[in-house]
Amino acid sequence: MSTGVDIIEPIADTRTARQVARDTRKHEAMARKRLTSRGATIAALIIAIFWTIPTFGLFVTSFRPGADVQSTGWWTIFTNPSFTLDNYEQALNSGGTALTLGESFLNSLAITIPVVFFALAVASLLAYAFAWIDFKGRNIAFVAVFALQIVPLQMALVPLLSLFSRGLTIGDVTIFPGFDLRDMTHSFATVWIAHTIFALPLAVFLLHNFISEIPSEVIEAARVDGAGHGQIFFRMILPLAAPALASFAVLEFIWVWNDLLVATIFAPSSSLPLTQSLNSLSGTWGNKWFLQAAGTFISIIVPLLVFFGLQRFFVRGLLAGATKG
Amino acid sequence: MGKTRGRRYLAPIALAGVFGLVLTGCAEGGSDTPGASGSAGGTVRISGGITGSEADLLQQSFDGFTKDTGIEVVYTGDKGFEGNIVTKVTGGDAPDLAIVPQPGLLKTLIGTGDVVKAPSAVDKAVDENWSPDWKAYGTVDGTFYAAPMLANVKGYVWYSPAKFKEWGVEVPKTWDDLLTLTKTIQEKSGAAPWCAGFESGNASGWPGTDWIEDLVLRQSGTGVYDDWVAGKVKFTDQPIADAFTAAGKILLNPSYVNAGFGDVKSINSTAFADVAAKVADGTCALTHQASFLSSNFLDVKTADGKAPTVAPDGDVYAFVLPGMQEGESQVEAGGEFVAAFNDNEATQKVQEFMTSADFANARVKLGGVISANKKADPSNASSEFLTDAMKLLQDEKTTVRFDASDLMPATVGSGSFWKGMVDWIDGKDQATVLSDIQAGYNN
Amino acid sequence: MTDTHTAPPRQRSAKSAKQPAAQAAPQSRTNALIAVVAAILVVALFLFLILQQPRETKPTSIGFSLNSFFRWLGNQNQLVQIPIVLVVFGAVVGILLLLIEYAPRPGKLYFWIRLVACFALPVLAFMLLRPYQNALLYVLGIAVVLGGAMFLLDYRSREGAGYHFQLVLFAAPAAILLLVGLVYPAIATFVQSFFDKTGKDFVGMDNYVWVFTQPEGTWSVINTLIWVLIAPAFATVIGLAYAVFIDRAAGEKFLKVLIFMPFAISFVGAGIIWKFVYDYRQGDQLGILNAIVTLFGGEPVSWLAVTPLVNSLLLMVVFIWSQTGLAMVILSAAIKAVPPEQNEAAELDGANAWQRFRNVTVPGIRSAIVVVITTVAIGALKIYDIVAVMTGGRANTSVLAFEMVNQQQRFQSYGHSAALAVVLFLFVTPLIVFNVIQIRKQREIR
Repeated sequence: MSTGVDIIEPIADTRTARQVARDTRKHEAMARKRLTSRGATIAALIIAIFWTIPTFGLFVTSFRPGADVQSTGWWTIFTNPSFTLDNYEQALNSGGTALTLGESFLNSLAITIPVVFFALAVASLLAYAFAWIDFKGRNIAFVAVFALQIVPLQMALVPLLSLFSRGLTIGDVTIFPGFDLRDMTHSFATVWIAHTIFALPLAVFLLHNFISEIPSEVIEAARVDGAGHGQIFFRMILPLAAPALASFAVLEFIWVWNDLLVATIFAPSSSLPLTQSLNSLSGTWGNKWFLQAAGTFISIIVPLLVFFGLQRFFVRGLLAGATKG
Repeated sequence: MGKTRGRRYLAPIALAGVFGLVLTGCAEGGSDTPGASGSAGGTVRISGGITGSEADLLQQSFDGFTKDTGIEVVYTGDKGFEGNIVTKVTGGDAPDLAIVPQPGLLKTLIGTGDVVKAPSAVDKAVDENWSPDWKAYGTVDGTFYAAPMLANVKGYVWYSPAKFKEWGVEVPKTWDDLLTLTKTIQEKSGAAPWCAGFESGNASGWPGTDWIEDLVLRQSGTGVYDDWVAGKVKFTDQPIADAFTAAGKILLNPSYVNAGFGDVKSINSTAFADVAAKVADGTCALTHQASFLSSNFLDVKTADGKAPTVAPDGDVYAFVLPGMQEGESQVEAGGEFVAAFNDNEATQKVQEFMTSADFANARVKLGGVISANKKADPSNASSEFLTDAMKLLQDEKTTVRFDASDLMPATVGSGSFWKGMVDWIDGKDQATVLSDIQAGYNN
Repeated sequence: MTDTHTAPPRQRSAKSAKQPAAQAAPQSRTNALIAVVAAILVVALFLFLILQQPRETKPTSIGFSLNSFFRWLGNQNQLVQIPIVLVVFGAVVGILLLLIEYAPRPGKLYFWIRLVACFALPVLAFMLLRPYQNALLYVLGIAVVLGGAMFLLDYRSREGAGYHFQLVLFAAPAAILLLVGLVYPAIATFVQSFFDKTGKDFVGMDNYVWVFTQPEGTWSVINTLIWVLIAPAFATVIGLAYAVFIDRAAGEKFLKVLIFMPFAISFVGAGIIWKFVYDYRQGDQLGILNAIVTLFGGEPVSWLAVTPLVNSLLLMVVFIWSQTGLAMVILSAAIKAVPPEQNEAAELDGANAWQRFRNVTVPGIRSAIVVVITTVAIGALKIYDIVAVMTGGRANTSVLAFEMVNQQQRFQSYGHSAALAVVLFLFVTPLIVFNVIQIRKQREIR
C-alpha cells in the first residue's frame, strides 16, 4: 500500500488486540535485522551505567553510619567497608506517636490509587469529547485545556484551600459552606480533588493524542450497529486505549506518590503521606543525609513495583495506535 | 450489545443497591461524631517546624498533660513550615496552635487576622515566668498574642578544650583577647583557626546574621540594638558598619578562615551544621554557632574515631562570645512562640500548660533543649553545657536580646539580610551590601 | 476524523440541503433568544441572592451531601476507603455513561429521561453542596433555569436532541474541576499582578517592570528560557538514541528500568543524590565530581556556585537525568509500533541504518516525539524542587517558578510573584503554537 517511504497512509486494521500482539511477536521473532548493531548496545550499556552511578551512590550511603557519611565519600566503602542497617531501622521506626511510617505508607496508598482512577476517568471523558464529538469552539477549548498545564500549582493552593475550608460566600450569603473534615480519622477528600484537578490538563493532552488516532472506521462500524457515544466510549475506546491509560496511570502514580506540597497543604495531619514522614526524618537543625538516603529507597519501592506491574502496557505504549498516522 | 433483557437491568439495580448502602452510612447528622481520633476532652492540633527526633520528644512532653486532662495533643512537624503556614492560614485551614520560630513571621500571621489574642491565664503566666522582653516579642500593636515556648542561646564559640591545653591558651575574656587568641592559634598550628558555614538551602546566610547581631549588641549596646530592630538605626549607619568591619576581621581574612573547608568563599557552600565534624576532629579550632550545635556532635567522630565528649575538659565545649569589656555578659537568644487560631476551651488549656513550669521541666528533661521559663529547673537539662546555657538565660545579670533578624520584618530579616551576608562573603563591597540590605525594607 | 451524530443519520440530499440553511437563520435567532432570557434570569436570581439581608441560617441538605459522605468515609480505615470511593465514583460515572448512551435516542421515553435529567442533575449537584437556607431558593431557581435552558437549547438544536446533552455530560466533570481549580486561580493571579504587595493599590505595570529590571527577575527569565530550550532537547535526543540502541537487544527490559528509575525518585530525593555528586569541600571529598578532579590533581570546585550558567547547566543535568526515562519509555513504545514491513522495504531498497532511522522510524513516531518534547518542556518551565533543594536560587540559578514562590513566601510580595507567574504563562505560548501546528499536520496526513 505504501507509495514511498515518506508518505505513510493509514492502514485499515480490523484485527483484535490479541491478534495484533501475536503478529507483533511473530514479526519480532522473524526479523533478524535489528535497528542497531552490537556497538550501539555497548553505547547503551555505557549510558545506563552513567545513569545509575548517582543512584547507586545514594544506595551505598544509606547503609553507611552517619558519621562516615559526613566525612568520606561513598566509594570508600570498597576499601573501608562499614556497613549498618541503623539508618533503615531509624527511618522505619520514625514518627513516634503522631504519625508512624506505616500509617503514612497506608495514607500514601489511599491518596494515590483513587487519584489515578479519578484523573483517568474524568480526563478520558473529556479527551473523547475533544476527539470524536465535533462542536463549535472545540479547538479553542482544547488549546485552553492544554495551556492550563502551565498554571503553577503554588498559585492555585490558596484559592482551592479557601474553597474547601471556608466555602463560597458572597456578601452575606453562603452558597457552599465548605467541608468540615478535620476531625475524621483519615480524610483524603480534599487531597483527592486537588490532585485530580492538577493532573487533568496533562492527562487530557496525552489521552487525546492517543484517542484521536484510533481509526474512525472502527467507530463508524460501531455506530452503524446502533451504538451511541456511551457504548462506544465504554466498550470500544476504553479497551483500545488501555495502553495509553495504563501508561498514564504509571506516570500519575509516580507523580502523586512523590508529591509533598499538595498533601502538606490539603491533608489533615492524620492523613499525611509517606513523603511527609520521610521529609521530617532529619531533625530541625541540619540535614541527616544518611537517614534521608534510607528514606528515599524505602519510598521508591512501590512506584517501581507499579512500573514493573504495568510495564507490558508500555510496550504498546502511549502512542502506538492500531495503525500508523 | 446483544444482552438479554434481564441483564440490561442488572447494572442499574446494582448501582441503586450500592447507593442505598452508602447513603444509609453517610446520612447527614448520623456521622457527626468525630470518630476514633477524637477523645473525651477533645483534640488539639499543633503545627510547627520542629521535625525528627525533636518532634518525637515534643510529642512525648504532652503525655502527662493528656493523662491529667484527657485532652489529646497532636503535634505535626513540617520542614517547610515557615512557607506553608501562611498558605494554610490564608486558605482558612489553620491548625489550633502554631509554634512560630520568628516574631517576624508571627507578625505576618497576626496580619492575616486569624490569630486570637492570648487568654488571660496565659497572659498572667507569661508575666510571672518570663522577663518582660519575652512577652514583648509575642505582642503586636499592644495586644499580647503568643507565649514563648523553648529557647536557644546564640553567640557561642565552640572549641576543643583538649586542643587549647595543647596550645596553652585560655578562653578569652574580651573581644580583643579573642582576636589575639585567633592569631596565636594561627601561628601555633599553621592553619586557619576559624570555620564557618552559612549554607542552609533557602535560608542561607542566617549564621552570618548571628555574627553581626552579636557584635552590634556588644559593641554598641542594647539601646542601639533595640533601635536597629525597630528600624530607627539603619544598616547603613555607623554602628552596623562597625559590626561588619569587626566580623570581617575574622570572616573575610583568608588566613583565619575557613578551616577544613577552603577559602573565604567556601563559607557560603558549607552547610551550617557541617562545622561540627571539623571541630570534633580537630581541623577547626573555633566556630561561632548557637547552643543547638551540641546535638550535632552526636553524629560526628573525633580524630581518634570516637564520639566526642561535650564537657569543659572534654573534646568539645563552648564559651560565650566575649564582650568588649571584661565582666560583661550579653547573649543573643532565639526561641519559638505559640500562637492560637481559635479560643476553644481545649486549645486554651493547652496554651496554659505550655506556659507552665511543668511543661518546661518535662520537655527539658527529655533532652536537647533549654527553656527561658524562670520557674524551670536548669538541672533537668540533658548535659552540663545545656544546664549552663539555661542558667545563663535565667540569670538577671545577663543581658538577653532576641535574635534581631527574627524580629525584623520578613523581607529584611529572612530576606535581604540573609542574602546580604551571602553577598558579603562572596566579596561584594561592604557599603553596597549594607545599602542592599537596607533596601529590603522597601520591598 | 468524521463527525459523529447521535440522531439516526439524516439523509442529506441536494434537495433538503437548502431547507436547513433557510431554516437555520430564524432557528438560531430563537436559540439565541432562549439563551439570553436564561442568562438574564440567572443574573437576576443571582443578584437577588447576594443582595439579601443577613440572617441566622444553617445549611440545608437532602439528607446527605458531599460533606457527610466524606465525613463518613473519613472515619473508615484507609485501605477500606479505596474500594469504597472507587465503587461510588464508578457508579456515578456509570450513571453518566448510561445517560449519555440512552438519552439521545428518539422517542417519548427518552424525551422524558432527558427532561428529568436536565432538571435533576443541576438541582442534585447544588444540593450536594449544602447551600444555606437563605440561599436555597435562589440556588434552586438558578439550577432550574439553567437546566431548563439546557434542555430547550438541546431540544431545538440542529444536530438533533441529545447532541449537546451528551457533550455537556462528557465535559462537565472535567470542566467544573478545571474552572474551579485552575481557571479561577489563573485569572486571580493575572489580576493580582497589577496590584501591589498588599493587594489593595493598583500599580499597573510596575510589577512587570520589576521583573525585567531586578537581577532576581531578569535572571529567572533568562534561566527559564535556557531550561526550556536545553532540557527537552537533550532528554528527547538521549531518550530516542537509547530507545533505538536497546530496541530488541538482550536484556532490554532491564536496561529500560535502569534509565527509568530516576523518574520514579522524587525531585527532593534526586536533589540529595546529586548533592553527593556536586559536593564541594576541602580534604576528603564527598562528591564524585570533585573526587575525580582531585584524583587528577586538581583543586576542588564549588560546582553549584560557578557562574555564569555553569551551575544552572548542572541543575539541568539533574532534570535531564530524571526525565530521560520518561522520554525513552514513550519513544521506545512508539518505535515498536512502527510496522517492520516498512523497515524491511527500506532495507531492500538499500538504505543503511541511519537512513532507515531518519526516513522510516522518525516520521513514524513523529507524534510521540512531539508529545515528549512538549511534556518535558512544560516540566522544565515549572521546575521548582530541584532549584529549591540544591541551590535555593542562589548564584543566579533562580527560575521563574522558584522566584515566584520565593517572592510569595519569603517576601510576601504577592504582586511580584503574580507578575512572575504571568510571565511564565506567556512562556507556554510557543509550545501551544508548536502543538497546534503538529495537530494540523497530523490531520492533513489522515
